[in-house]
Amino acid sequence: MARLITRRKLLLGLAASTALAGCDSRAASMFLAGMERWNEHVDRLLFSQSRLAPEPPASELTPETAFPSYFISDSMPFAPDNWALKIGGIVDRPSVFSLDQLKRMPQTGMRIRHHCVEGWSAVAEWHGVQLREIARMVGASRDAQYVEFRSFDKGYYSTWDIESSLHPQTILAYGMNGRALYPDHGAPVRLYSPVKLGYKNVKYLTEVNFLPTRAGGYWEDQGYDWYGGV
Amino acid sequence: MAGSGLQILAAYPALGPRGGLYRWYPFQNDAPPSWMRFGGWLAGARHWHFAIAWFLIFNGVIYLIYMIASGEWRRRVFIPTRDTSNALAMFAYYLRIRRTPPPEDFYNGLQRMAYTSAILFGAVVVLSGLAIYKPVQLYWLTATFGGYDVARVVHLSCLALLAVFTVMHLVLVALHPRTIVTMVTGGQRG
Repeated sequence: MARLITRRKLLLGLAASTALAGCDSRAASMFLAGMERWNEHVDRLLFSQSRLAPEPPASELTPETAFPSYFISDSMPFAPDNWALKIGGIVDRPSVFSLDQLKRMPQTGMRIRHHCVEGWSAVAEWHGVQLREIARMVGASRDAQYVEFRSFDKGYYSTWDIESSLHPQTILAYGMNGRALYPDHGAPVRLYSPVKLGYKNVKYLTEVNFLPTRAGGYWEDQGYDWYGGV
Repeated sequence: MAGSGLQILAAYPALGPRGGLYRWYPFQNDAPPSWMRFGGWLAGARHWHFAIAWFLIFNGVIYLIYMIASGEWRRRVFIPTRDTSNALAMFAYYLRIRRTPPPEDFYNGLQRMAYTSAILFGAVVVLSGLAIYKPVQLYWLTATFGGYDVARVVHLSCLALLAVFTVMHLVLVALHPRTIVTMVTGGQRG
């Protein structure tokens, strides 16, 4: 029986495509950008708002000294005295919340494994208020497909898709491991969720904006994948 | 895949969770040498890794479908009841314990064992990769491997085993250069 694809033809084809792969960097970056779009598509298909990240047992808690904390400022960022969190964008009732006001809202707690883009993992407990609760309170528009998070850490920011933002485990956290958040982990309030990589979880929050269009992020603008799903 | 994977590893060249690194791993905090890495930096390597991975999966699936549909797996896959004694005899022959090679089919028992293990490593490297790529959305897969950090170990181990397989393969080809011709042409047509 005559074979349609012989080994010879296959190897010739392989040699030709290898030659193509040695192409200029513009073609390579176009290829990578296309594949990133494809991967985001798959990520969104895979994501489910009702799928909760499993909670590891307390025995897996990471010693706090071993839990890394990053910021981009030259020194540890501290909140200004008059700190308050602004909620804006396309919402019915733009609001400003003090830390005490946030603490009076329904509290959520979870023990979660953190996944860093670098490859390490660490476990901690986080306490705060669900972002979906805040979205409901301020009356976020149905047209808000993205949520932007800004901070007082030298302009560090990130933007999320609305589905991940309204996931029940996506919270504005003011507590860690049973006490108030320390400055190295983003005091007074940080974004925390198990469904995104660490760099998407903005610390030292100042603003949360519900947006109709996509915005970037500190690391995303430098080449990290925008979706950053886990 | 290997180069970009090692570039990703270089961002955290350790095994085990933070605060609980595995004691048995001898290369904690030793980044792989730069000549082995590909992608420039972490973000670049991730883009390459997650782009090329689709082609690896696509390739693997086509290969497995062909193997099963054509019945070719019968010639290549190691079936313990059929091939164990042949593999042992072949091993003995290579070690010069046995004077004559055992009767061999198209592939001998040892070749089948190598072939099958490479397919197995390939499947496990893809599955463990998915487990560390989406440890929350695919939590059941990650749990099957024993958790995120164990899945990372499995993923890196598969790379090491595939590297050993490739090097052994190349050494054997270098020792028997004439086999190259058969590999390219597919051997004599039956």
